[in-house]
Amino acid sequence: MARTLYDKLWDAHLVKQRDDGSALIYIDRQIIHEVTSPQAFEGLRLANRQPWRVGSNFATLDHNVPTTPFKNASEIEDETSRIQVQTLEDNTRAFGIREFGIGDVRQGIVHVMAPEQGAVVPGMTVVCGDSHTSTNGALACLAHGIGTSEVEHVLATQCLVAKKMKNMLIRVEGELGAGVTAKDVVLHIIGVIGTAGGNGHAMEFAGSAIRSLSMEGRMTICNMSIEAGARAGMVAVDDITIDYVKDRPFAPKGADWDAAVEYWRTLVSDAGAKFDTVVEINAADIKPQVSWGTSPEMVLPVDATLPIPEQENDAVKRSGMERAYQYMGLTPGMKITDIKVDRVFIGSCTNSRIEDLRAAAVVAKGRKKADSVKQVLVVPGSGLVKQQAEAEGLDRIFVEAGFEWREPGCSMCLAMNPDKLMPGEHCASTSNRNFEGRQGNGGRTHLVSPAMAAAAAVAGHFVDIRELESREL
Amino acid sequence: MDKFIREDGLVAPLDRANVDTDQIIPKQFLKSIKRSGFGPNLFDEWRYLDEGQPGQDNSKRPLNKEFVLNQPRYQGASILLARRNFGCGSSREHAPWALLDFGFRAIIAPSFADIFFNNCFKNGVLPIVVSEEVADELFKAVQANEGYRLTVDLAEQKIIRPDGAAIDFEIDAFRKHCLLNGLDDIGLTLQDADAIREYEKGRQQREPWVFID
Repeated sequence: MARTLYDKLWDAHLVKQRDDGSALIYIDRQIIHEVTSPQAFEGLRLANRQPWRVGSNFATLDHNVPTTPFKNASEIEDETSRIQVQTLEDNTRAFGIREFGIGDVRQGIVHVMAPEQGAVVPGMTVVCGDSHTSTNGALACLAHGIGTSEVEHVLATQCLVAKKMKNMLIRVEGELGAGVTAKDVVLHIIGVIGTAGGNGHAMEFAGSAIRSLSMEGRMTICNMSIEAGARAGMVAVDDITIDYVKDRPFAPKGADWDAAVEYWRTLVSDAGAKFDTVVEINAADIKPQVSWGTSPEMVLPVDATLPIPEQENDAVKRSGMERAYQYMGLTPGMKITDIKVDRVFIGSCTNSRIEDLRAAAVVAKGRKKADSVKQVLVVPGSGLVKQQAEAEGLDRIFVEAGFEWREPGCSMCLAMNPDKLMPGEHCASTSNRNFEGRQGNGGRTHLVSPAMAAAAAVAGHFVDIRELESREL
Repeated sequence: MDKFIREDGLVAPLDRANVDTDQIIPKQFLKSIKRSGFGPNLFDEWRYLDEGQPGQDNSKRPLNKEFVLNQPRYQGASILLARRNFGCGSSREHAPWALLDFGFRAIIAPSFADIFFNNCFKNGVLPIVVSEEVADELFKAVQANEGYRLTVDLAEQKIIRPDGAAIDFEIDAFRKHCLLNGLDDIGLTLQDADAIREYEKGRQQREPWVFID
């Protein structure tokens, strides 16, 4: 019978189907960070349990770490952050888990580090106590976020108790226009299907526009499947996938590599496979996107004007819009390009890979941050991304433009470290969530692509990247 | 985990859609390395007028009197009535920990985000899906009747209204069994340790590269 990519991944990891409809699913990789793991390790200790397969776990620090240079955990000023970082170091040492810690060039955002290291390769099941674990689905993995109880469960049993999700296909056909990036594609998709659109589904992204994207772009799209309601997003294996994985430190080598590639080539949805839900998107309809409200589905093309709540028929949606206007301090009917920005954040597990930094640098090159913009943070996703960017001279371009070049971490995506918005400030951000207070109490987030963020930094307000003179690095 | 059998409780209405886990428990409180003590910071940005920090004496902070959970009539509520896509966003289990610590044992909404929904069951919190129409009716009933209570009977899979009328709800058999008995998942899974080892053997042959030390 024809199977979807998700069906194949599920079948390959099924340990036991129980009579009550639940199943035991084997987990190949668990990625661990400091925020959602302390209680899981504590649980193991209390029950006197050991990790089932210690080598399957990769740990690093990202959520809490400062993005200004520091050498060890004791230099972290915020006491609670420091304790959490030290707790991870203690736990990984006590249980013998591999950790890329402070000062290790491999340290970085979990979902940047894992594919970069080849810790995650096609065909795997991947979990992490972080909802953006879906990022790893770009490598044709079944990858999704879990809670801390499940972190403990996977540590102790190498399995999850799960129920099979439904299959959803998002097909984006055609060619993307100039200035339209993976970020715009996924924001557009969320605008179309809504933040609950993918609930209960595993979401496969397919079509010529997806196939034309680099792995970095595919990761951006899978990253935000959770903002479309789907825990897991994925893209089938093709040459781009295999070229990306080759020679990564933890990827298979030699004869294993050949066998792996042969198997990985089968990780595509069969012709005629049945999807419960199919969404067709025309690539030509997608314009550069800017979110205006407090939910990722409140997103519009940059040349649009803000919606009028009275024209919304759904009462629940209408009250959500009214609340969003109140929080964001914006006026219905105004042009997106009239929204001024106070700060700009380029980074996060959505957009902090080398390709993202290059896209921002193209815009920043030879230009300057607008005087009205207080700060532009550029935060690479890992120490290795930082190194690569510096080798290409991107850091100098940013610094000359008046942007700040920082150390890797989650930073202002969720403001657990000192990088925060002040109340009322508008931020052009390449991150993934525009929730109330997400980037700092009272902060107002607008989700955009790296190029759009850099352009807003230069202009002081949102601009249509397509109207900006294009330059080369 | 505490058992969940039957909950007879006061209902508090949270009339907004897409309530995300950043709202349920803001990030600054995730720095705790414990599972308990999150209740005073549940919905922190909506409940208080100042910006909350970990380790504060919350009883001295200025309250937002407009916020529903601060209203006298909803004090002591143990059932939360919510709108669609409740619990979207971050996977933080601190969200159900905070709801439970505050005193909520059941949440009724037209839909939940997947990860949050799953996390609730690990903590003895019961998320119940009802239709949009039923949610609307319940919101109206709660707002119109001070002291409005519901009884949630898990064994019978029913929400029972004050007039005795019942609303049926669905729940996975496995999750129901775990909640009713307060069972720890890990112990149950380890009963299948042989099956896990057997599976691992097969995978090690087919995909040896997955099994690095």
